[in-house]
Amino acid sequence: MKEFAYFPGCSLEKMASSYHLSAMETTKKLGVKLNELDDWNCCGATTYFYIDELLAYTLCARNLAIAEKTGLDVVAPCSACYKNMFFTVAHLKKDEDLAEHVNFALEEDNLHFSGNVNVKHLIEVFAQDIGPDELKSKITKPLEGIRIAPYYGCQIVRPQKEKEDVEQPQFFEEIISAIGATPVNYPLKMRCCGGSLIISSRTAALTMVRNLLQSAVDNQATVIATACPMCQVNLEVYQQQVNLEFGTNFSVPVMYFTQLVGLALGLSHKKLGIGKEFVAMAPSLLAIGQE
Amino acid sequence: MDKKDEKEKIGVYVCHCGTNIAGVVDVSEVSTWTAENLKDQGVVISRDYKFMCSSLGQELIEKDIKELGLTRVVVAACSPHLHEKTFRNACSRAGVNPYLFEMTNIREQDAWVTTDKAEATKKAKSLIGAAVGRVAYQQPLESLLVPIDSNVLVVGGGIAGIQASLEIANSGQHVYLVEREPSIGGHMAQFDKTFPTLDCSACILTPKMFDAGNHKNITMLTWSEVEKVEGYIGNFTVTIRKRARDVEESLCTGCGICWEKCPKKVVDNVFEAGMGNRKAVYTPFPQAVPNYPVIDRENCTYYLKGTCKACEKFCPTGAIKFNQEDEILTVKVGNIILATGFDLFDSRKITQYGYGRLANVFTSLEFERMSNSAGPTAGRIVQRDGKTVPKVVGIVHCVGSRDKNYHEYCSAVCCMQSLKFAHLVKEKTGAEVYEFYIDMRTPAKTYEEFYHRLLEEGTHFVRGKVAEISDATRLPGEEGKLIIQVEDTLTGNQLRVPVDMAILSAGLESRHDAKEVAQKFGISCSADDWFIERHPKLDPVATMTDGVFVAGACQGPKDIPNSVAQGAAAAARVLSIIGQGEIEIEAATAIVDEVTCVGCKQCVASCPYQAIQYLEDKGKAYVQEALCKGCGTCVGTCLPKSITLKHFTDEQIVAEMIGAMRVMKSFELMEVA
Repeated sequence: MKEFAYFPGCSLEKMASSYHLSAMETTKKLGVKLNELDDWNCCGATTYFYIDELLAYTLCARNLAIAEKTGLDVVAPCSACYKNMFFTVAHLKKDEDLAEHVNFALEEDNLHFSGNVNVKHLIEVFAQDIGPDELKSKITKPLEGIRIAPYYGCQIVRPQKEKEDVEQPQFFEEIISAIGATPVNYPLKMRCCGGSLIISSRTAALTMVRNLLQSAVDNQATVIATACPMCQVNLEVYQQQVNLEFGTNFSVPVMYFTQLVGLALGLSHKKLGIGKEFVAMAPSLLAIGQE
Repeated sequence: MDKKDEKEKIGVYVCHCGTNIAGVVDVSEVSTWTAENLKDQGVVISRDYKFMCSSLGQELIEKDIKELGLTRVVVAACSPHLHEKTFRNACSRAGVNPYLFEMTNIREQDAWVTTDKAEATKKAKSLIGAAVGRVAYQQPLESLLVPIDSNVLVVGGGIAGIQASLEIANSGQHVYLVEREPSIGGHMAQFDKTFPTLDCSACILTPKMFDAGNHKNITMLTWSEVEKVEGYIGNFTVTIRKRARDVEESLCTGCGICWEKCPKKVVDNVFEAGMGNRKAVYTPFPQAVPNYPVIDRENCTYYLKGTCKACEKFCPTGAIKFNQEDEILTVKVGNIILATGFDLFDSRKITQYGYGRLANVFTSLEFERMSNSAGPTAGRIVQRDGKTVPKVVGIVHCVGSRDKNYHEYCSAVCCMQSLKFAHLVKEKTGAEVYEFYIDMRTPAKTYEEFYHRLLEEGTHFVRGKVAEISDATRLPGEEGKLIIQVEDTLTGNQLRVPVDMAILSAGLESRHDAKEVAQKFGISCSADDWFIERHPKLDPVATMTDGVFVAGACQGPKDIPNSVAQGAAAAARVLSIIGQGEIEIEAATAIVDEVTCVGCKQCVASCPYQAIQYLEDKGKAYVQEALCKGCGTCVGTCLPKSITLKHFTDEQIVAEMIGAMRVMKSFELMEVA
């Protein structure tokens, strides 16, 4: 059994609880164990690094130090948490002075981070550690005929890993094909969802969301799959506001990829946290998993 | 090998090299010091002079040899790479064996790398001490003269190889021209127009191809590859594999009935860049030289299924011969010219430009074929659907070039090529044309004028590297278009340009097998796998391996005029060697002491030039002097110390070290005092 240290991040506590639920259930079904870190804290999210870098690194390093003690790779389901942790490891390894400062602060908590931890996004666990072939072999209810738009967002491949194609990645599509659905090819799959821009510049943020939704819908997507709570909120919760602002008529469900994988694995709606959507699920999807 | 009994008379000459050396090293002090302090080492005269390499400087040495009876000479000046030969010749003229001369480098290895004048002066003295110590132990050597075989091998039948072959053949010498493809012509045969004159590429190339094909002094071996090269300058033995054509050359008239009748269509990924089809029996293009076809066994129905044979049935002369065997030819040549050309950068690697994913993104070579009236669209510029004429076209420069993710170098031809494309698009379709460039590079005769012509023709020039080409259309009227996202760095604005067609001006890269080829011919490659020339400025077509020359784009990105110039230049170098009749081989070679050699063959395996033979009858190793480059690798591997490298004996090297240390020791004693 594959085992990982798991850093859920703040969003998965409440707002994205369905992501947390479905992540735990699908990995369990696929023979992967996610051990939630003890006493973890916020990763600093999108803004903290612009306010106080040193403190922001320390926040991340604290989680990493806890993870390091387990000797396991640490997995984050949220793209922002993943990116922050990934860059913190990279920067602390390169910058001895920064590492010394951070570790001085961590001493208060009897912690020390030496840089020996591998950070992964949850989707990498599905794409690489489990892999599309293995995933396919476990599928009981293939999502045949369902067109899923893989929405990578901007952060998953931003820390470029060795030889990774950061401009046209295909791993999300491979997961979608593995669960029997049809991946939608649309040009904006890597574009930013706006992040927290909605707070400071509403119109600009809504325009970004509108363009993304339009691109997916133009390419006949039944549902958009995401791998990040921030992206999910922007694309789903603000759909109504986009419609009001631009006179559009979008009604496209935005689901976590783990929920879609879970449906194909035959898990119940309840176990996947389905039923709390702002945009109703497509009837073709609703039919799956309803015993 | 003892030091001669009678007292050696050594002359030392310290060069100022203008201010190159004298600006840092106190040369007159070095000279006086040498005369006084190295007297006991046999130095009878020490002089300094402004330019030792000048004829007056050389005469100084010759005069001293004659008047003072010098037996050995040391010159402290620049690198031996530059002037060792000059001074060896001077010694030789005055009757001293050239190997009794030693050159020590107080410029590159002292003056140019030392800022402290006192330190530099000291270093010059110890270097001279070392050279004086060594020269006393040097032995007179005689260079070997080998005759030059006047036949020449030219590898690659592109424009550079054709030019080189014609020059040599016209002078009356014989050329073997080896080409991998079924026809000579190379990339130039694929192009439509040539910049900046816009004359038709085929029209200026085919007469040369025809001349090469019919020249009595050229043996053309197409559909062939060099397998093995043995020997050395003047005496190479080359093994060539002539692949089976399945067509009997002596019977074929090139009538074309076979490919007319052949039912099998194959996408032509080589000549037509995937834009058009050919048959399974084919010549790549109508003006192919030679004009007899080849059968592509991978696609021929007969080879796949055992049936068909339509070509054989219809051939009026019975020239089709299925199951022909490859021929292995061995030829003797004296010199080799490599003109193996380039590969086009694979634009698929830059995924954000969408080539291979977005239909209307074309590569430069695809565009050349499309614009060529003999090409797959008969010269019409149309979108991938084969009929829609584009209204807006974007041309992207530096695809794979000047980009640290792919190739850092500039591919040299793409700016001009892109300008040519813009002109052709405008002329043929009247479309709006955008050029997206980083810097416009048009540095050759009448190139800049061509750029100005394009500016006046109304092409839009946007200075900026394209970020992305996508199908992310959004606004009304954009449906089906490509969106080019770019920052205009002159205005600082982000631009989003909808176009119907994008052309990627892909860079040039070295042949995928350049490394193997280099190894085969004993030459080396740069970090980007271009063949390395002997000197980037002063010897651009020779290589470090005597008798092997390079020409055209295999040495680095180059346009047609430069490739032709190099082809002719390489031919001239070869003809000059042939004219000499025989050539002197370096005398500093390795020699095996047969008494102590145990025949372990370690040296045979270690020699990078295959110069060492194992003599079965004697059970000893033997160095072929003409092949030996004097690198000394074998000396290091020989356990019983049976190999000596002439001119680099242990004795000489130890004497050199002692010479240097003696001087340094005297400095120390002075400091203590």
